[in-house]
Amino acid sequence: MTDAASQKLDFSQSPVNRELTPERKIELYSQMVRIRRFEQVSLKYYQSGKIGGFLHLYIGQEAVAAGTVSLGGEHDHYITAYRDHGHALAVGMTMDECMAELFGKQTGCSKGKGGSMHFFAPDKNFWGGHGIVGGQTPLGLGLAYGLKFLDRKGCCLCYLGDGAVNQGAYHESLNIAALFDLPVIYVIENNGYSMGTSQKRSSAFRDCLAQRAEGYDMEWDVIDGSDLYEVRAKTQIAMDRARDESRPTILEIFTYRYYGHSIADANHKKYRTPEEIEDYKQNHDPINVFRRKLMEEGVLDEEEDKKITKAANQEAAAAVKFAEESPAPTIDDISTDVYWETDNRTEASEIGSHFFND
Amino acid sequence: MPRTLTYREALREGLDEELERDENVVLMGEEVAQYNGAYKVTEGLWKKWGDKRIVDTPISEAGFIGMGVGASMLGVRPVMELMFWSFHSVAFDQLVNNAACVRYMSGGLIHCPIVVRGPANGGTNVGATHSHTPEGLFASFPGLKVCAPATPADAKGLIKAAIRDNDPVYVMENTLLYGNKGEVPDPEDGDHVVPLGRADIKREGSDISLIAHGRSVLHALAAAETLKEEHGINAEVLDLRSIRPLDVDAILATVRKTNRAVLVDESKPFGGVSAMVATLIQDHAFDDLDAPVKRVCTIDAPAIYSPLIENDQLPSPKRVVEKVLEIA
Repeated sequence: MTDAASQKLDFSQSPVNRELTPERKIELYSQMVRIRRFEQVSLKYYQSGKIGGFLHLYIGQEAVAAGTVSLGGEHDHYITAYRDHGHALAVGMTMDECMAELFGKQTGCSKGKGGSMHFFAPDKNFWGGHGIVGGQTPLGLGLAYGLKFLDRKGCCLCYLGDGAVNQGAYHESLNIAALFDLPVIYVIENNGYSMGTSQKRSSAFRDCLAQRAEGYDMEWDVIDGSDLYEVRAKTQIAMDRARDESRPTILEIFTYRYYGHSIADANHKKYRTPEEIEDYKQNHDPINVFRRKLMEEGVLDEEEDKKITKAANQEAAAAVKFAEESPAPTIDDISTDVYWETDNRTEASEIGSHFFND
Repeated sequence: MPRTLTYREALREGLDEELERDENVVLMGEEVAQYNGAYKVTEGLWKKWGDKRIVDTPISEAGFIGMGVGASMLGVRPVMELMFWSFHSVAFDQLVNNAACVRYMSGGLIHCPIVVRGPANGGTNVGATHSHTPEGLFASFPGLKVCAPATPADAKGLIKAAIRDNDPVYVMENTLLYGNKGEVPDPEDGDHVVPLGRADIKREGSDISLIAHGRSVLHALAAAETLKEEHGINAEVLDLRSIRPLDVDAILATVRKTNRAVLVDESKPFGGVSAMVATLIQDHAFDDLDAPVKRVCTIDAPAIYSPLIENDQLPSPKRVVEKVLEIA
């Protein structure tokens, strides 16, 4: 790549972007602003002790989720790892249910049973939210298998980080995806660091991580994740390949996270220089880049921008209020959602003991 | 009219009937299609059902088991063969973190109607890596169901129940049972389904309860004959069939009837299925016991290879008889 080549191309003129109405562009911009605001507010309440566990923020990577999900249709599915808030909001989950989940409340998207790393919305084709690095990659494969088996024309976008590319499950998935001609797209969100280890210290590769696709006779591409137009233009090609030819693709989207691997990652300012972080904010921040473009296009002005920011702030504040006022799960709730059969009180659930409590 | 089938044929008949009943059932695994199955359980099914329903996978357990889990979330009914259950270790993340936990972590929004089946037994001189009996291990994860049929009829009935169940069910078969023959109800006499969670008294008795699952049931039955003939002890044999859900009522009923129990279990002693059964008995039927609950398990070491000694590491009728005589 292509950095140089990419800069020469104006992806705003790609067919899939030319067809965007001004309203839709504003929607996509708002989506990214909402994701960022949600994450900023999550951070605040994590630090004040209202949110438990780990918190992996998506700040800096917003164009990936917003851009790729914007291309989805009825039979396109999404699955990701633990940095999942951006994808959840992009598929249409509400800030209320997501924030309530972080707060561990009954009204959370997983009733407080999943937490930050485990958001799900199968009604929106979003299958999580998975905590084990690379563990979701065979599941994404399976969703694609299911689409093909059930004769549905669609694809599965399976997101993973650059740290996941060395997991065996991922490589097994790539082999099967190509071998079985499955409509899956592995989207490597490359933010440069697998936790605290830079890509150069964790992965053996020639030019880029996506290039490993060649070993599996699979198509691949690289994308500048700061440009929402480029994300959409190139992802569309992969999605068309999946839907029309039932062939998989690896996309590697270069992006950056402002914060540590998780908020528990106190060292993130040690393994990255302040200059590196500052350069990204100034020149590659997907929200800043898209805002500039929309203003140049005359689609967005300062006043509208302020309105969007204000609305996102209000939405996030309301979500916090909703989360705080929601009830906690009960002791009884611990034992539901374990088995489909017992939840649905089927005949099978009446036979034998399913639970073994003291 | 009952017919005689081998355990292998009974499983195959069950798979075949479920393939017929539900077009979303798909069999997958290493060598299950064109090779006709490493242990010939799926013999002839590829020829009958074709590429879409019977699928050969690469040797890639994490990849294809995870693929089955993902496909099941979307409504496919995959029946995955592990050539040996011992290979669970390379797919463990998919079998536990994904299959067992996805329903819970999604607050009940997702379910995972997958079946994973294959042999799980020692006694074939293949060393420790191929001789694991993980039924207790997987039964210890809420969200999973586990069964271990001992007879051809139960093998057929349980595989059918497993496929119809809407939760992940892990079926533990046994290479040493595949060739065993037994009566299996004729399909013309109705659908033969053995529900998960229902134990079966394989031999009525009054003096002591032998509680077992899988091949250990056969050892218990053989031991019961010896006990009757040589010692005048009338043993009852309870076949658990299903490990989770577990028929706790049947366990307690037989103990209350005989007041003594020996648990026969090919698991290793530490935390095996029988450890759980022993806990249940002492917790709920302590006052009914006339003697301590005893166990016959596999001797606590990795599976030895030597054909000269391996059978002595496993439960056997002889060991069961000796154990019974300690308390009866």
